[in-house]
Amino acid sequence: MATRLTINGTAHDVDLPENVPLLWVLRDEIGLTGTKFGCGVAACGACTVHIDGEAVRSCQVALADVWGEVTTIEGLGTPDAMATIQQAWADHQVAQCGYCQSGQIMNAAALLAQTPQPTDQDIDDAMQGNLCRCGTYPRIRAAIKDAAQRLSEET
Amino acid sequence: MGRIKTIARRTFLIGSAAIVGGAAFGIYQINKDAPNPLVAGDGEATLNPFVLITRDGVTLIAPRAEMGQGVQTTLAALAAEELDLAWEDITVLHGPPAQAYYNSVFLGMAIPGAHYKDTPFKHAMREQVGKVGKLLDLQATGGSTSMKDFYERMRHAGASAREALKLAASAQLGVPASDLRTENSNVIAPDGTTIAYSDLAEALRDITPPDVELRDPATWKYLGKSMPRLDMVGKVTGTAKFATDTKLDGMKFATVRMSPTRAGMDSYDDSAARDMDGVEAIVDLGDGIAVIASNTWLAMQAAEAVDITWTPANYPADTDGLRAAIAASLDEDADSMVRDDGDVTSAVEGTEITAEYYVPWLAHATMEPMSATALFTGDALEVWSGNQAPTMIRDACAKAVGLTPEQVTLHTTYLGGGFGRRGEMDFSVLAARIAAAMPGTPIRMVWSREEDMRRDFYRPAAIAQFRGVVQDGKAVLVDGKIAAPSVFHSSSLRQTGAVPPGPDRLHVEGAADQPYAIPHFRIAGHLTNIDVPIGFWRSVGASINGFMLDTFIDELAHAAGTDPLQFRLDLARAEHAPSADVIAAVGEMSGWTGQTPANIGRGVAFSFSFGTPVAQVVEVEDTGRGIRINKCWIAADLGTVLDPSIVEAQMTSGAIYGFSAAMQEEITFTDGMVEQGNFYDYDAMRMHTVPEFEVRLLETNPFMGGAGEPGTPPSMPALGNALFDLTGTRARELPLIKTFDLIL
Repeated sequence: MATRLTINGTAHDVDLPENVPLLWVLRDEIGLTGTKFGCGVAACGACTVHIDGEAVRSCQVALADVWGEVTTIEGLGTPDAMATIQQAWADHQVAQCGYCQSGQIMNAAALLAQTPQPTDQDIDDAMQGNLCRCGTYPRIRAAIKDAAQRLSEET
Repeated sequence: MGRIKTIARRTFLIGSAAIVGGAAFGIYQINKDAPNPLVAGDGEATLNPFVLITRDGVTLIAPRAEMGQGVQTTLAALAAEELDLAWEDITVLHGPPAQAYYNSVFLGMAIPGAHYKDTPFKHAMREQVGKVGKLLDLQATGGSTSMKDFYERMRHAGASAREALKLAASAQLGVPASDLRTENSNVIAPDGTTIAYSDLAEALRDITPPDVELRDPATWKYLGKSMPRLDMVGKVTGTAKFATDTKLDGMKFATVRMSPTRAGMDSYDDSAARDMDGVEAIVDLGDGIAVIASNTWLAMQAAEAVDITWTPANYPADTDGLRAAIAASLDEDADSMVRDDGDVTSAVEGTEITAEYYVPWLAHATMEPMSATALFTGDALEVWSGNQAPTMIRDACAKAVGLTPEQVTLHTTYLGGGFGRRGEMDFSVLAARIAAAMPGTPIRMVWSREEDMRRDFYRPAAIAQFRGVVQDGKAVLVDGKIAAPSVFHSSSLRQTGAVPPGPDRLHVEGAADQPYAIPHFRIAGHLTNIDVPIGFWRSVGASINGFMLDTFIDELAHAAGTDPLQFRLDLARAEHAPSADVIAAVGEMSGWTGQTPANIGRGVAFSFSFGTPVAQVVEVEDTGRGIRINKCWIAADLGTVLDPSIVEAQMTSGAIYGFSAAMQEEITFTDGMVEQGNFYDYDAMRMHTVPEFEVRLLETNPFMGGAGEPGTPPSMPALGNALFDLTGTRARELPLIKTFDLIL
């Protein structure tokens, strides 16, 4: 039986077993490959997406359990129309290999939605589940602070 | 993106009609231009293997793997600088495997002698020998070689293309080429007439690109400046394509379970897996199995359900046994003694100390688990792989499926981390073999994290024994013996089938080649003959020896009663000025006094690797809830810094990679298999543990140094030395979490 999901504002009927994690629905079925597989056990954060605005590890959410609208990195912004946080990431030249950055950005976007002016401690607490083997953390921190500033000026 | 795809499809056919770019010169094969692998379509021009001009614009080929180090951006900048290409007009592609993209630095690194001692003559000799790489089709990314390799080649490609564009415009306008200038992707005539490069694509076909002088660095617009990375927008919008993101019509998804003992598979029973959801096929790979399914996760579930009996390992089955084997090789004949200054056997007055060090096995643990996509159609194979060695991998894939290299098309995608792991051929070859089991169906293969962790080619464990003597506050004798399995021999055997003759220099790099004036200085390399698969791990031998030698230098400084920073400065000053200068610089940056408050510790370390001297000061703090790293100051001298932002990122990245390993990483074995499986038992630095960084880049080094690796070797000893300063406890074994209460 097909399961209906709303992803980045579009409805999709997915014909896969209900225990398939959202990550693999997105990547293999829908073709949204911006969300990455890193560990499969919620230990790296590369697969972070939003469900109803909340950051979740999509490798841990079964298809049947998706409780709301899904937003992936592709739904946040596009190369021609980047979201403010993506622009901050680009301006700070954060990414190196880039593989973890979709998850980092989605996690940081949820942090800023909840805590518009995060302290260093807030950033440490919110971001420590997102691993980056290239070690881009100093620039991630700078980009989050900059994005917070820009978002506060936009509103 | 459509345009790039179209260009890629049209032009990356390596055919007999390849155009030879530039004029052949010299009579030796080595000096001939390699065939241009780019084939121009109608109305297109490939001026050389690096520049393709079409009616749609200019595409630059940056034939080195983008694994995060920013290589494609700076390679493009080198060509664009001479070509006067507007930054926003640049399209950069990795391009196909080809002899024209050979690595011209690797082989020169094998010439005896520490690099810091290079004279201009010796440097030129290394460059000459490096060109032999062309005869071997040696296209590879590694050894922090890319900028040294292409510093002139890419600029010449850009300059030659620029002059060819002027000649084409000259013919159209009837104006002498010498009266034309170029700017922002246009040729401009004295009367202001402007012709876009893309409008000259057709006319260029009749032009032979001339050889021209390179521009004065004083006129550079891009080089030496921090440029916006060309991969950045793709990587922050999820649109950058890794091998695991390849999408093809009718594609199926696969995963593997290969022998974790590296010795093969005795038997398997797939009866429970065959009927699981989504499973299309289970492939017997001889030393493991692959599951092909309608979804990667379903493939992984089924692979776990296959009951496999593995053949026992051919090496000691546990970590202690492996360590005993390494220790035993210390008593055997040395493989190398490439540093043997003075006479370490002579009686030397002074205070003698000895120490033994151990560093563990390490995994690369790239963020993207090993993956590749392949399509086999009987008489052709197409492979998408994020890899560091395209020519070798193309050939290995061809052999694995019974085709010739000419029948294989290899697309090198972005790499989700490399660190040396993706120079190996195994993952690409496996994808090819799985695809060959289902002809006509594209297969996207992704390993589980556990498979990635347990089928790595590890940084080997190592043991070193040092004896040293200090006299009047200075080191007068260092006698070191370093034992470990040989990465170079293991890798050569795997990739070329033979062990190169001569001493293994990589084994002792980071120790034997350090710029220290110690009157009696010997480093002996002992090779352990065990079959654990090992490979190149960011900074290779220096990742081991940087920790061991520098920690011993720190112990000597304390034994001598000399300030540790001054001690190193004294050793380096007489031997290599750029090295001394980075040590002095990091002292100044950090406000080094040798004194710290009770809850603060500071350590300094130095290492010269891949042509770059790097000094670091690390500050640690006992917070009462554990020890954290507060700050790290880095001074490095690469000679010429082509992109400060990228180099700064590499310096901090290299240090964080080293801190991660030094603090907590260790691969252990039991029953011949690696015990660690995922990030919960093989973790790395994270946001809350990473320190602040301050980086200073000096430019006095007479030869260009590398960027990707030199930040790693000094980070591990700098941290250990800081912890000694804080606690008075000297850790002679990594990871440090075994000795200290670090905040993780």
